[in-house]
Amino acid sequence: MQESTTTQAAADDGLSVVARFEVRRRGYLAPDGSPLRALPAFASNTDLLLSLYRGMVLTRAFDLKAVSLQRTGRLGTYAVSLGQEAVSVGVASAMRDEDVVIPSYRDNGALLWRGMKMDEILLFWGGDERGNCSSGPPHDFPYCIPVGSQAPHAAGVAYAFRFRKEPRVAVCLFGDGATSKGDVWEAMNFAGVWKLPVVFVANNNQWAISVPLKLQTAAQTLAQKAIAAGFAGEQVDGNDVIAVRAAADEAIAHARAGNGPSLIEALTYRLSDHTTADDAGRYRAADEVQARWKEEPIARLRSYLVSQKAWGKSDEEKLIAECQQRIDAAVERYLASTPRPPESMFDHLYAELPQVYVAQRDELKGVPDA
Amino acid sequence: MPEVSLVDAINLALARAMDEDANVVVLGEDVGINGGVFRATAGLQQRFGPERVIDTPLAELLISGLCVGMAAQGLRPVGEIQFMGFMYPCIDQLVNHASRLRNRTQGRLTCPMVLRTPCGAGIRAPEHHSESTEAMLAHIPGLRVVTPSSAERAYGLLLAAIRDPDPVVFLEPTRIYRAVKGEVEDNGEALPLDVAFVLREGRDVTLITWGAMVKETSAAAEELAADGIDAEVIDLATLKPYDESTVLASVAKTGRCILVHEAARTGGFGAEIAALIAERALLSLLAPVARVTGYDTIVPLPRLEQHYMPSVGRIVAAARNACQFS
Repeated sequence: MQESTTTQAAADDGLSVVARFEVRRRGYLAPDGSPLRALPAFASNTDLLLSLYRGMVLTRAFDLKAVSLQRTGRLGTYAVSLGQEAVSVGVASAMRDEDVVIPSYRDNGALLWRGMKMDEILLFWGGDERGNCSSGPPHDFPYCIPVGSQAPHAAGVAYAFRFRKEPRVAVCLFGDGATSKGDVWEAMNFAGVWKLPVVFVANNNQWAISVPLKLQTAAQTLAQKAIAAGFAGEQVDGNDVIAVRAAADEAIAHARAGNGPSLIEALTYRLSDHTTADDAGRYRAADEVQARWKEEPIARLRSYLVSQKAWGKSDEEKLIAECQQRIDAAVERYLASTPRPPESMFDHLYAELPQVYVAQRDELKGVPDA
Repeated sequence: MPEVSLVDAINLALARAMDEDANVVVLGEDVGINGGVFRATAGLQQRFGPERVIDTPLAELLISGLCVGMAAQGLRPVGEIQFMGFMYPCIDQLVNHASRLRNRTQGRLTCPMVLRTPCGAGIRAPEHHSESTEAMLAHIPGLRVVTPSSAERAYGLLLAAIRDPDPVVFLEPTRIYRAVKGEVEDNGEALPLDVAFVLREGRDVTLITWGAMVKETSAAAEELAADGIDAEVIDLATLKPYDESTVLASVAKTGRCILVHEAARTGGFGAEIAALIAERALLSLLAPVARVTGYDTIVPLPRLEQHYMPSVGRIVAAARNACQFS
């Protein structure tokens, strides 16, 4: 966590040093799954670790299925979260139902954890607004497609919580690219001024489509961007779900207690293309990606669980089969769904359709099918 | 009944809305102790406190984005952007979020917010303080765009905007903030949105306008009356969605139409109305539809701005032309 000190002590040049800051990095499991230090207390709850593991495995299996649906022309462009499952699952698992998630387009794991159904996710990426009628908490925000523009919403949501004195927290997820946008800065700055109950999570997967982090910022960390907004920023190993969960627990508790916002920079890696419409082979070397596979979060937690004798080969086989079954059922429901009637595009334009647009809707109804 | 200025009517409506609904919050730059640079929010922070009248950091995108988050959570935010020229960072939030949150969640989340901003030229203001880019906003599906032209309509339309379940951009013509006064009864009664106001009935020519140009257009109608030309004056008031039937009924009656707006001509909102008339009232026309507008130039700095804005003389000349055509 960041620490600031004000001191009258003179620096070498005789000028006063008025502030000093630190950014810390949190990690518990090494890439091979061995503990680096004592784990947080919740890690002794094997059921919790297993649920995080299952959440990540489901997210990955679902992502891979979504990609295959896209490749075979049965789904639109899809944003994959391959390798970043620990970020969205770890953060979402620390939230309560009454909290609000304000996600980016890559946070499938968080939305699945929050109760959004796989067929709803497919429906949205398959080109149907009804997908956003999520079975998750009704107050959760839908995917934000324009990068970073959801951050001010999170501040607004958190303002409403503070205003009504509700012990709820807004959790906003975005990528490293988003931290270059004014939107994110403006939201963090306001959240700092009002000590809002909001947690900002930067999924630092190193790449914003083809632009690597070093072209995104000269800052040593993304976490330190919180310091300028007057609150703490922390780096976590985003491939270590225990670290992500621990950081999210602390930040959410801090916010819920009225102590203000935090920023968590989760260091991870985008093992996939940006989306199914991207070809990362154009701009990044295969051996870089290969090397990063050694750090990915699912194998890491599995190794730990196996070392704790909490997981075995048959458990794994059973889980994979279960996931496939659930995914297949969801895909079946998605593929069986039929498009809405064309005139339904007017249904939720306004609370009540203005009279002038009733005529346009009638015009559409009168158009014969192409 | 007390006579108040347009900006005072805005203030009355804000106070009334905040008084009747504890979810209404006002936010913007200098809206607190300073009461806004035009004093539209004067006294509100003293009365309702700093948590309901929020002095935001100097960040327009933030103001509009906060409104979206607050509105989705059940508050009724009324954001103020200090001048329309500084509203452009909000376009992303308006287009990508506010106007479509209801649709993209199929009604699960909604966005009952108002974004107020002073607009228009004619106050000898610095660069970027004289914008009237309402057509840009009126192009956005899911949004309402409203602009008052009198104290009464400012009060009633702003109350309606705040109570409306969907996002509204409320454009306040700076030039008539204090130049226009009227009797306003602070009775909490809203005026309907999406409805145009016929300010003067006439047989010979329809003059359609909105905002500050209602002043010049009404003066032009009086001048035309002296010539025996009976002009109908329509204040469109809501530009999105706009009241097509009042426009069409008037043009069917008069057969002549002059569109008056301060904004640049090409792609201005007058073009939309001209197209509607061409589609739906062509056979009633006795003369070509004419536009009296700002030119397709950058709004000039104060030394030349009076030459940019439609004058009473230009409106009168266009109406006379139309009447002489047939």
